[in-house]
Amino acid sequence: MALLEARGVNVVYEPTRGTRIWSVRDVDLTLEQGEFVGLVGESGCGKSTLGFALTRMLRPPARLTGGTIRFDGTDIAGLDGEQLRRARRNGFALVLQAGMNALNPVRTIEHHFGDILKAHARPGDDVSSGGIRRRGTELLEAVRLDPAVLGRFPHELSGGMRQRVAIALALSLQPQLIVFDEPTTALDVIVQQAVMDTIKDLQRQRGFTAILISHDLGVVLESTDRVLVMYAGRIVEDQPSRVMAHGLHHPYTEALLGCYDDPRAEQVHLGGIPGTPPDLSLPNTGCSYEPRCPLAEEICRQQDPPLFPLAPGRAACHVRARAAHVEEEAGRAR
Amino acid sequence: MSIIATSVPPPEAPGASARVPGGPAGAVPGPLRFVGRALRTLWSNGKARTGLIVLGVIILVAIFAPLLAPDSPTATNFTPYLGPSGTNWLGTTGNGQDVFSQLIYGARISLIVGLCAGALATLVAVTFGLISGYRPGLVDEVLSFATNLALVVPGLPLMIVLTAYIQGHSVWTIVLVVAFTSWATGARVIRSQVKTLRAREFVTSAVFSGERMFRVAFREILPNMTSLVAASFFAAATAAVLAEASLEFLGLGNPATVSWGTILYAAQQQNALLTGQWLMVLAPGLAIVLLMVSFTLINFGVDALSNPRLREK
Amino acid sequence: MPGNGVHPTGQPAPQNEGGPAGVPPLTVSGVSKVYHVRGRDRRTVTAVDDVSFGVAPGAAVGLVGASGSGKSTLAKMITGSERPTSGEIMFGDVSVGRLHAGGLRSLHHRVQMVFQDPYGALNPLHTVEYAVMRPCQNYLGMSAKQARERVAELLETVGLVPASQFAAKLPHQLSGGQRQRVLIARALGSDPELIVADEPVSMLDVSLRAGVLKLLAELRRTRGLSLLYITHDLLSARLVTDEILVLNQGRVVERGQTKHVLQHPTHKYTVQLLDAVANPFAADGGRPDGSTQQPAR
Repeated sequence: MALLEARGVNVVYEPTRGTRIWSVRDVDLTLEQGEFVGLVGESGCGKSTLGFALTRMLRPPARLTGGTIRFDGTDIAGLDGEQLRRARRNGFALVLQAGMNALNPVRTIEHHFGDILKAHARPGDDVSSGGIRRRGTELLEAVRLDPAVLGRFPHELSGGMRQRVAIALALSLQPQLIVFDEPTTALDVIVQQAVMDTIKDLQRQRGFTAILISHDLGVVLESTDRVLVMYAGRIVEDQPSRVMAHGLHHPYTEALLGCYDDPRAEQVHLGGIPGTPPDLSLPNTGCSYEPRCPLAEEICRQQDPPLFPLAPGRAACHVRARAAHVEEEAGRAR
Repeated sequence: MSIIATSVPPPEAPGASARVPGGPAGAVPGPLRFVGRALRTLWSNGKARTGLIVLGVIILVAIFAPLLAPDSPTATNFTPYLGPSGTNWLGTTGNGQDVFSQLIYGARISLIVGLCAGALATLVAVTFGLISGYRPGLVDEVLSFATNLALVVPGLPLMIVLTAYIQGHSVWTIVLVVAFTSWATGARVIRSQVKTLRAREFVTSAVFSGERMFRVAFREILPNMTSLVAASFFAAATAAVLAEASLEFLGLGNPATVSWGTILYAAQQQNALLTGQWLMVLAPGLAIVLLMVSFTLINFGVDALSNPRLREK
Repeated sequence: MPGNGVHPTGQPAPQNEGGPAGVPPLTVSGVSKVYHVRGRDRRTVTAVDDVSFGVAPGAAVGLVGASGSGKSTLAKMITGSERPTSGEIMFGDVSVGRLHAGGLRSLHHRVQMVFQDPYGALNPLHTVEYAVMRPCQNYLGMSAKQARERVAELLETVGLVPASQFAAKLPHQLSGGQRQRVLIARALGSDPELIVADEPVSMLDVSLRAGVLKLLAELRRTRGLSLLYITHDLLSARLVTDEILVLNQGRVVERGQTKHVLQHPTHKYTVQLLDAVANPFAADGGRPDGSTQQPAR
């Protein structure tokens, strides 16, 4: 059974003044145990919102308006309060973008571990100060920090170290799923690599399912097994990471790939994507990428494409799907 | 695990750039337009609206006092020490004056002192805060020291001492004394905010754009502090109303003036509670509280003033 | 090769007798900045340590490094926001480090800055028109009407069309890329000779970066502007600059022609920065044909 099965997830953002915005539209998502999935997209595409929705962390004015989210068989979309807390206990955890800022500045790191372990303690768990120190040491070592960090305060640690503490805290309850929301964006560029390496290694060693949310395609392709590309609140492509750097893809994915290049090359080309993403306060007809798409056809204006098969994964593009289908037919004919 | 909002802003409606805003193509608009917009912003907040309505009623009562009060507040026409009756709704004072008329006319003094002292205190606070927060250095040190000194001295005792020594107990004496003792808190808070804004990049950009110091202070920093200044004003006004009433109650005001505080003073002198004239104590007390609460309620809506997103309507 | 900014030995290029239209060169000589940290643990922090380089008229020079490398501090000293502890910064014959209020104002007429955070660098209560108008009025002595016309021209130059629509907008109504273009338009307002751009695209989505970088390159070409480009991202540095200086902990560890430095880095810090560049084509060892570049489309 898949660990996470989400169907028809919709999130609407309703500020008290101003228009409603549909930030996540009709998302279906299946995650198997042990998968490391990347969720990639630009500002406003809804990736963070989706991550929050899946872990039931949305705060007003954002609201989950529909769909089911089956976590380990239980639909958590309808849960609230104590039931949700229990489901979280060994279910899922969230590491935030500025997760290092979620640390209480007047408490030591050890206290933070104590907080979590005591709050979710089950009978038989050792939550004495000795037990907490033991667990804390074990977790800090897992994220490659010196156990002496337990006695320190957050402001005494660097940004990278604090983010590692946040990751260790997320691991403390041995969750089955961890959602990393831009875990390295707020860090210095040289430290980012090291922290991402740690995350990758942890995922491989401990086997938890992970979702990495990022705007950086390079980071995502380096670390994950599978990539989901989001645009205007929808998932537009779903592929294994290793095939992303070549071959045909959704036009948005291709355009996004075109925005990167190797600075050491003889000739360096950098693309951009002209135009702006659609207004999410309006309902859309047709493909949301169509106004900016070089391949757009009449059908794209009229029908919003579902995720068609585009081997080895899927892509929500009429044109690509048709071409792939034609090739497949031709291949079979030969 | 504590969860904070991410630093990713709420999803922008990128198409919003296609909507033309209804704002003037220029800088801070004329004062009248500013006030109009401020009132509209406040009106949209439930609590602030209530506060505005209550304040509005009190202001109207004060303006139309001659029409609303059945008698002159100082005319000693009636039998003294009477309880509430058909002619004197709240009874009479020891001098035979109608308490109800006094209550109505009293609104004037409380409003004047509250608003003027509040405004004066805020003006001083803004001046000190702006100058002090703008440039670190000697000026800041001196002004901060003065502010801290003013904070340390207890307000009410200082007010009592000052009023006792100043000759001529007019309303304006009270306004000055109250303002003098209550500017410091606002100054401290404003200084902090100015320091924070000073470090923001748009202030540095303004300097790069060639703006001179005064323009930076008044056109870049101050407009972004509207909420704070308004909040300081209403807080100061609330304190001023109470301070004025306290001074009058203690007999340090001019007994010839009619205010809610002097009604309480008279009530105290004639042991109103013992003689059963409890309405003479309750009515002005309630009026003072009502005025203070209206200011406080308005303060709830003041946060929205500095938020440009709410200016589009 | 346009603009010989930096000699291989690190000495600034010999003084030009004014390049295009007599634009003065920028010369930074032996500049250091030391901060004294007060408080319980008193110590000194050397943010910049003996840095020398020059920017010739029309040249584009990059200062590259991670946070703490000193590049932002250098930018502040060059634009007059901070004073060097030692060394000298000459813009033409003006010594930047010795300027006071009035002199700084004249300096800003000629040296403008484009900031990193497009939202933070714009006053949330002012319209685009107001923001871009002010340098025109302050430095070029224009009347409000003249300034407004110039604003329309500048907005068109930076690609914000129709200008009349963008002029009336407030910052929160614009996207990140649009705000950054407003910053550039404002920087152009005073008709400067040198633009110091501090990480102008790092807070933008990748799809928006190319546009802004192309704009900077274009402006350099059409107006003969000199550009000092500060970043940690070697990819954008490669696109915009002719030569770069790599800074680590306040010191220059490597310098030279941009392409050469990136293809043949000699210092391990430069290599670290190269590794940090996000490149989806280099992930997991590169594409099937072994290339780490964008495929030719």
